[in-house]
Amino acid sequence: MAEDVRNGTPPQGKEASPTSTHTRRDVIAGVVRIGGLVAAGGALGALARGERSESTVWQIDPSKCIQCGKCATECVVTPSAVKCVHAYALCGYCKLCFGLFKDKRTGNTLAAENNRCPVDAIKRRFVEDPFYEMFIDEPACIGCGICVKGCNRFGNGALHLQVRHDRCVNCNQCAIAKVCPSQAFVRVPASRPYLIRTTRHGA
Amino acid sequence: MLAPLARIASVTLAFLAVAAATAQEQKKQPPPEFSSGYFPPTPTEPGPRADTFATIDVAILIVVLMLGTWFLLRTRSRTGVRMLVIFSALYFGFYRLGCVCSIGSIQNVALALGDPGYRLPFTVGAFFVIPLVFAMFVGRVFCGSACPLGAIQDLVTLRPIQTPPLVDHTLGLIPYLYLGVAVLFAWTGASFIICAYDPFIPFYRLGGHWGVIAFGAGLLLIGTRVGRPYCRYMCPYGVLLRWASVAAKWRVKITPGECLHCHLCADECPYGAILPPTPAEPADARAVARRSLTRALIITPALMGSLALLGYAAAPALSTMHSDVRLAERLWAEEQGRVRGTTEETDAYRQLAQPFEVAYAAAVKIRRRFDIGSALLGAWAGLVIGGKLAHLAIRRRREDYETDRGGCLSCARCYMSCPVEHERLGLITLE
Repeated sequence: MAEDVRNGTPPQGKEASPTSTHTRRDVIAGVVRIGGLVAAGGALGALARGERSESTVWQIDPSKCIQCGKCATECVVTPSAVKCVHAYALCGYCKLCFGLFKDKRTGNTLAAENNRCPVDAIKRRFVEDPFYEMFIDEPACIGCGICVKGCNRFGNGALHLQVRHDRCVNCNQCAIAKVCPSQAFVRVPASRPYLIRTTRHGA
Repeated sequence: MLAPLARIASVTLAFLAVAAATAQEQKKQPPPEFSSGYFPPTPTEPGPRADTFATIDVAILIVVLMLGTWFLLRTRSRTGVRMLVIFSALYFGFYRLGCVCSIGSIQNVALALGDPGYRLPFTVGAFFVIPLVFAMFVGRVFCGSACPLGAIQDLVTLRPIQTPPLVDHTLGLIPYLYLGVAVLFAWTGASFIICAYDPFIPFYRLGGHWGVIAFGAGLLLIGTRVGRPYCRYMCPYGVLLRWASVAAKWRVKITPGECLHCHLCADECPYGAILPPTPAEPADARAVARRSLTRALIITPALMGSLALLGYAAAPALSTMHSDVRLAERLWAEEQGRVRGTTEETDAYRQLAQPFEVAYAAAVKIRRRFDIGSALLGAWAGLVIGGKLAHLAIRRRREDYETDRGGCLSCARCYMSCPVEHERLGLITLE
C-alpha cells in the first residue's frame, strides 16, 4: 500500500509502476487466497468435529412449559409449527376431558360451544363406553396451549406442546425461543427431536 | 400415658401423610382398563425435514454461484444475472423462507466458537464458507446472484442516484460495527440479532414484527433511489466478502477493450462501486498523504484503547441482551424487595423449584464473557475507524475506470453501459 502512495506522484515511474505493482499484488493476493482457503477449511474442520454432539433442532421441554400462548403468535410459520401432542400412554381417558371442554360450561352441556379449543382442533373418537380417545387435528391446531392448561389442571398432562418437525423450518434463532418466558425452548439432537412427556404432570 | 398418645399421634400423622399423597395421586386420573382390547397408540414423531433440504440447498447455492460467475465473467450478461436474482428471491427467499442464509451463518460460527456444546451444522458451515471461497477467486458473485436479501433490493433499484463519497465512507463503517456487535451477542449466546432484525425476511415469510416490517419497507423505499442500502451500509457478511474479494483472481473488467474515459459506467453503477481515474496530483500530494496516514496510525491505538474501556464499561448493559442475565437480575431485585410483583419469567423459574443461586451463577458467567467481549468490541470499533482514516489517506493511482475490488456487488449492470462493449457485440462501430 505504501508503494501506491509513492507511485502516485513521480511521473517518471508511470511506465514501470503498473506491471510491478500488479505482479506484487497478484502474489500477495495468491498468498491471501491460499491462506484463506486453509483457514476456512481448518476452522470448519475444528468446529464440525471433536467432542461436539450432532446438529440440533428446537424443541419444547414440557416440564418447563407454562402455556403462555406465545407459541401460537410468535412462530414464523403460520399456523405455528408448535402443536399439541397427545401422549396417549399418560391419558386418563377422563369422562369429561378438560382438554376438550371448558371448566364452566354454558348450560353444563357438552355442546360444541363449550369446547375449550378456539379452533376446534381437538377431536374424539369412540373407544368403548364410556371412553373416548382424544386426538389432535394437527393442520388446525395453532399451538396456543389452552387445552394443555386444562389437561394439566385436572388431568395427567397427557396433552402438551411440541415443535412438529415436519412443519418447523428450524430457524437459526427460533422466534418463539427468543420470547419464551420459561426458557422451555431447548436445542435437542436432530436424531432424537422430540421430548414427548412420559411422566404425569406434577408427578 | 403420654407415650402411647404420641405413638398414636405419629401413626395418625403418617397415615394422613400417606392419605394426602394418595389423594394427590388420585387427583390424577389413572388409565382405565379397556375391555375391548383397545391399546393407547403412541404419538407420531415426524422427523426434521431439514437434512434432505439442507444438502439440496448447498448444491443449489453452488450451482447458482457457478452460473453467476459464468454470466458475470464469461458471457457478461446482465440478463443472466437478473434471472439468477429472481431465482434466488423465489427459492432462497419465498420457498426456503430465507433460512439458512450466509449472513446469519456468521452467528452460528461465533456461537460454535463460544459454546463447545453447540455443533456447527454442515449446511450452515457450507453457507458460511462457500460464498467466501468464491469471493476469493471471482469477487462478490454471492451478493449479485445468490443472496435473497440482495435480490429483493436489486429488483427495486429503479432510479438510483450517486451517493456522495463522504456518505459512502461514513455509512460504510456501520457493517463493521454491526458485525462486531452480532459476533459478540452470538458468541455469548445472547441473541442472533442479524436474524432478529433481518429487514427483508418478513416479506419472504409474509409476516413478522411490525417494527421490522416498517424498517424493511423503509429500506426498500430508500433502495429505489439509493442502490442496495442494506448491502452497502449494514450487511455484516458483506464485510467478510469485501475482504475476501480483495484477493480475487478474476473480477469484473468493465470494458472489454481500451477504456474511453467516458464515465458512462460510473453513472450506471447504482452502488458507487466504480472508481474513476485519479486526477493528476499536485506536487505536495505525497507529503500530505503521508502526514494523514501517520496521523491515522497514531490515532488508531488511542481510539482502540479508549473505545475498549468504553466497551468494558458498557458490558453490564450489553449483557442484559441475554435472557439468563435478565432473569437473574429480576429475581435478585424481587428477592431484595427492590421491585414489586413478579414477571412471567420469574414465576416460571420459581415453578422449577431450583435454587436462585443457579440462576445467579449462570448470569455471572455470562457477564464475565461480556466483560471480555465488550472490551474487544470497543477495540474493534477503534480499529475500524482508524483503519478507515488510514485507508482514506492512501492514494491509489488509476489510469482507467475500475471496479472497486471490495465494493463491487457483481450485478453486471456496467457492461452494457460501456460503448466498447457495444462495439464488441457488433451493435455500433466506434471511430
